[in-house]
Amino acid sequence: MSKWILRGLATGVKTTRYPRRHDGTPGISPGLPETGTELVFPEAAGAAAAVCPAGALEAEGGRLGADPRRCIHCMRCAWGSHAVPWNGGYEWARWAAESSSAKLAGAFGRSVHLRIVDAGGCDACLSEVTQLNNPYYNMHRLGFFVTPSPRHADVLLVVGPVTTHMRRPLLEAYGAMPGPRRVIAVGSCALTGGLFGPSFTASGGVAEVLPVDVEVPGCPPPPLAILHALLLLTGRGGEAEQVPEPGKGAAR
Amino acid sequence: MTEPASHAMHDQALQREAAGRWGAAVRISHPADGALEISPNPEVLSEVCGWLFHERGYALATVVAQERAQAWRLLYLFWGGPPAWVRVRIEMPLDRTSLPTIADRVHAADWHEREIEDLFGLSFVGHPRLGDFVLHEEWAEGTNPMRRSFDASRPPAAGSAGEPRWRPGRVVHAAGAFMMPVGPVFSGAAQASHFLLETIGEEVLRTIPRLFYKYRGVEKLAEGRTVDRAVLIAERFTGTSAVAHAWAFCRAVETIAGVTVPRRAELLRAAFAEFERFRHHLAAIAGIVHSTGMTVASSQADLLVEEALRSAGAAVGHRYLFGQVVPGGMYRDWRKDQLDELCRTVESLARRLDTLSRMFRFSSSFLDRLEQVGIVGRGQAEDFGLVGPVARGSGVEADLRTMLPYGSYRELLRVEGHVEQEGDGYARLRVLIAEAQESARLIRKAVARLEPGPVRVEIPAVPGEAIGWCEAPRGATFHWVRLDGDGRVARYRLTTPSFTNWHGFHLAAERFAFQDFPIIMATFGLSTAEGDR
Repeated sequence: MSKWILRGLATGVKTTRYPRRHDGTPGISPGLPETGTELVFPEAAGAAAAVCPAGALEAEGGRLGADPRRCIHCMRCAWGSHAVPWNGGYEWARWAAESSSAKLAGAFGRSVHLRIVDAGGCDACLSEVTQLNNPYYNMHRLGFFVTPSPRHADVLLVVGPVTTHMRRPLLEAYGAMPGPRRVIAVGSCALTGGLFGPSFTASGGVAEVLPVDVEVPGCPPPPLAILHALLLLTGRGGEAEQVPEPGKGAAR
Repeated sequence: MTEPASHAMHDQALQREAAGRWGAAVRISHPADGALEISPNPEVLSEVCGWLFHERGYALATVVAQERAQAWRLLYLFWGGPPAWVRVRIEMPLDRTSLPTIADRVHAADWHEREIEDLFGLSFVGHPRLGDFVLHEEWAEGTNPMRRSFDASRPPAAGSAGEPRWRPGRVVHAAGAFMMPVGPVFSGAAQASHFLLETIGEEVLRTIPRLFYKYRGVEKLAEGRTVDRAVLIAERFTGTSAVAHAWAFCRAVETIAGVTVPRRAELLRAAFAEFERFRHHLAAIAGIVHSTGMTVASSQADLLVEEALRSAGAAVGHRYLFGQVVPGGMYRDWRKDQLDELCRTVESLARRLDTLSRMFRFSSSFLDRLEQVGIVGRGQAEDFGLVGPVARGSGVEADLRTMLPYGSYRELLRVEGHVEQEGDGYARLRVLIAEAQESARLIRKAVARLEPGPVRVEIPAVPGEAIGWCEAPRGATFHWVRLDGDGRVARYRLTTPSFTNWHGFHLAAERFAFQDFPIIMATFGLSTAEGDR
């Protein structure tokens, strides 16, 4: 066993300095289309919006409005002839408009236990949630833990569009949680149904089934975006030093 | 490549044997796509399929049910050969809703028939276990969502109020027998699926899986969409093998359209598909290490996974390579320096994987958990038609890249396959490690062979039907597509490696100790998103 310990020590510290510092490492986030982009040829706004297969872009006069909740990261607007600018960054989590909950502050905010429900996700969101436990993100250092029982959970983290068959297990997991409890919807499927909902097999987002408190857009949202949601929920979301973000998260 | 002359010879030999055995009960034709088509009378359907599977060494790719305007049409697609494709075709009037099963002879068709029974309402006479498969108790009895008459725009069912009505057909009756339910919500981050572990004391006698918690009706959702939009569904129904599934879908569409994808695009597709396999295998290896509880080792493996994700994000913008493969080629081209950077990262990750795997080999506490655990025999793997690293860990060389070469695997890239014989968890781990190394080599080779040129051609909107295939990270995937006159998807049939391998999962999960269940799950490395569709 000693060789493993030595190897671990030799690896050194890999953990991101976020949220104390902004993390601009290439490849940690695909970015999102910039909203309110002013186009060189304003009359092209309609055509640029039509490129989006998910209805996330909208022409508002000569500008292009972007709804990150609907974006499925197909990159067609970034790479196509209209070249809508995408910005890097990952602090995408927002309080849901309908949420009436307060943040989990004080004693509840420093040791938060998560219950993760896969309500029909494609595995990419879940994979990014899994990455939160790797040494690069190590969410334990910030007081976030995954719990094996809903009875010990403070936060329900839901991925996927909520399929017919997962509706009941999702409601039961939520019902088994003690208060105060909060719900985070992760990924565009969980926010709007994505490509799969609303349909005959899936809802148009977790909010149709449960009261959602924090939403994380992305297809999938990168680990730091999910971490940002947890920080937002516990009132620690605005602390990242606002160093200028790298011009782009994605290669052009 | 098979020469046309010998191709025709094999074709004739097959044809003669079929005619000799069944005479007028089978009609044989040669459609333009080069496949051999056999239309048997229903009474000999099972015999014909059994003959292809057991005597002629063909593997079942997929079963496609179609409700056409005039009649039911079922296609049983077999690959192997030569000839590479044999299609067994059944037509029957729309008011007939039953036909004989082939699962009595071809066990690999078992789940295909159960799925068709659930989604189309066709009954397979002689199948021992139909009903309650894809659609759970939430759906009213007699709902068949894949029928043309079904209104797919309706909202989902609200769900049943009471306890689930589902019970396994047979259970163990013995003193102290106990049934342990696992899932569909797990203690960590795991995909939704449900298992009943039947146990007496410490030993689990058998495992009864219940799947399709994530049934999203992908085949139905794709209908009526242009291929440009449908490819997004093919890419996103299982996000961890996006490139492979998008590629298979595009190959079907490109075959229908009769276009040739530019050489540069084919090489880029192979490079990205191999990168995806490399990343998937790293994650699968990390999952196995996790399941054995080796903390430092799993941290080390996790580092490799995250670095692979980052290198994809940095090189091509998306960590899971979404948006690259589209019908006709690639959505966009990439510069040499961007791809070279990706290759350099892969090279360094492959070296570190090599160090780790040498350390695994000398960690006895690790090996103890994997050896002799979750064994699938070679005969079992063949009968169930298992695919991918699971089959290759059980001595079955099943790799579409070498056996049914496509794209640049036809000439430019030669794949060195890796097969292990033991069929246990450790054999599957060794296959994953060897294949990850091979993928790392192939990525560099594909990038090195790139020459300047176009990466995309226009796809004309023409009607037709075709099958596209690809060796996805978890194994063979087959996408059968029929397009209507506007070039929109009329029928999309998806057979995925997870669907195929979940069918055989219970073989590995018999007579084991409780604590080995996560290890068996991890060494199978299946995805319910990919299986449930």
